[in-house]
Amino acid sequence: MTNSPSLHAVIKQSQIEILASWLQEQLASPTWRPDLMTEPELRQQSEEFIALFAEALQTTDNPNASNEQWVRLREMLASISRLRAARGFSPVETATFIFSLKQSLFSKLRVALKEDAEALVTEIWRVTTVLDHLGLYTTEIYQKTREDVIRRQQAEMLELSTPVVKLWEGVLALPLIGTLDSQRTQIVMENLLQKIVETGSSIVIVDITGVPTVDTLVAQHLLKTVAAARLMGSDCIISGIRPQTAQTLVHLGVELRDVITRATLADAFVLALQRTGFSIVRPGKQS
Amino acid sequence: MDHIPILKMDNILLVSIQVEMHDRLALTLQKNLMTSIVETGARGVLLDITAVETVDSFIGRVIANTASMTRILNAETLLVGMRPEVAITLVELGVSASLKGIRTALNVDKGLQTLRTLLATSDIENSRYGETG
Repeated sequence: MTNSPSLHAVIKQSQIEILASWLQEQLASPTWRPDLMTEPELRQQSEEFIALFAEALQTTDNPNASNEQWVRLREMLASISRLRAARGFSPVETATFIFSLKQSLFSKLRVALKEDAEALVTEIWRVTTVLDHLGLYTTEIYQKTREDVIRRQQAEMLELSTPVVKLWEGVLALPLIGTLDSQRTQIVMENLLQKIVETGSSIVIVDITGVPTVDTLVAQHLLKTVAAARLMGSDCIISGIRPQTAQTLVHLGVELRDVITRATLADAFVLALQRTGFSIVRPGKQS
Repeated sequence: MDHIPILKMDNILLVSIQVEMHDRLALTLQKNLMTSIVETGARGVLLDITAVETVDSFIGRVIANTASMTRILNAETLLVGMRPEVAITLVELGVSASLKGIRTALNVDKGLQTLRTLLATSDIENSRYGETG
């Protein structure tokens, strides 16, 4: 017996019964989520899976095989996993779709092979191995789908959170929002330096009001940005330093002595205007 | 062999690097610059690196050293026109610490202005020292 005539034969023979008991199993299980998926949908998925599964088993036992049947089965599983991940199923609930098939298959096998105990054990072991593989595969796809979502959101966040605005002739502002990691710092720095070249600004105000926590790493990233801007010939003012931030920085021993700092963006702007030779006057009080 | 010309404008020397910088060229430039400062009695050096696309840690250090050397010869060095990617590279290489003392400007125009005001104020200070001393 090179292939498994008995196993796929059993499935083919009693496909309807297996499907019925499997569906019952799934609907009774606590992992069934009627709020996220309808019964006809589940029936259709299960039916499709059993048909493909029987076909695939006919060829080989290796779930990673590259023949057409297994590829189709894997693709189908992948689409189910993605769908479930998108609808909010948990990984356990997704994998249970596969694992719950065991019970129905085993009972069918027990009936079919009740004469031959050894063959029964062998077949059960084979089914278990294959189904475990497929179950883990759904989890893997589920994870990947989630990771894709996270990656996309990260990219969107990066685009959203790094605007460089021109405040005045020769004065740029960089309002930072959110945590600064090395990747974001890199993008922020590139954007800023490019903008400095474009506008020929000699002063940049880096506002960190929106940065929730400033630790040594964030401070280091900030200082890097300041140093790069300075090398190009622009002075940086760091503004929006909260009282707690000032305390933390001193406690951490971060040296900001070479950098001009101001408490608020308004203070920094006034300083920037002074440096560029402008002053703000209230017209009414001129006389 | 590439050659970087040193141009004299009043009491300021203008050095515009238009070729790919390599180690020996940088050292030659450094030597020539010192000689020119002594010969012309220049008070300021404008080092324009607008055309320089790549800089390694060695060139970075040579620039920092050059600035320190000119200061010993009583001339102020102003580095102008550094490209964003060069600035990022220097910061990532950690050379920016040694470049901390060097003055910078966005372009030759602004650099020249800064240097002139700088020299004017230091001239006033010098003459004041002359009066008291």
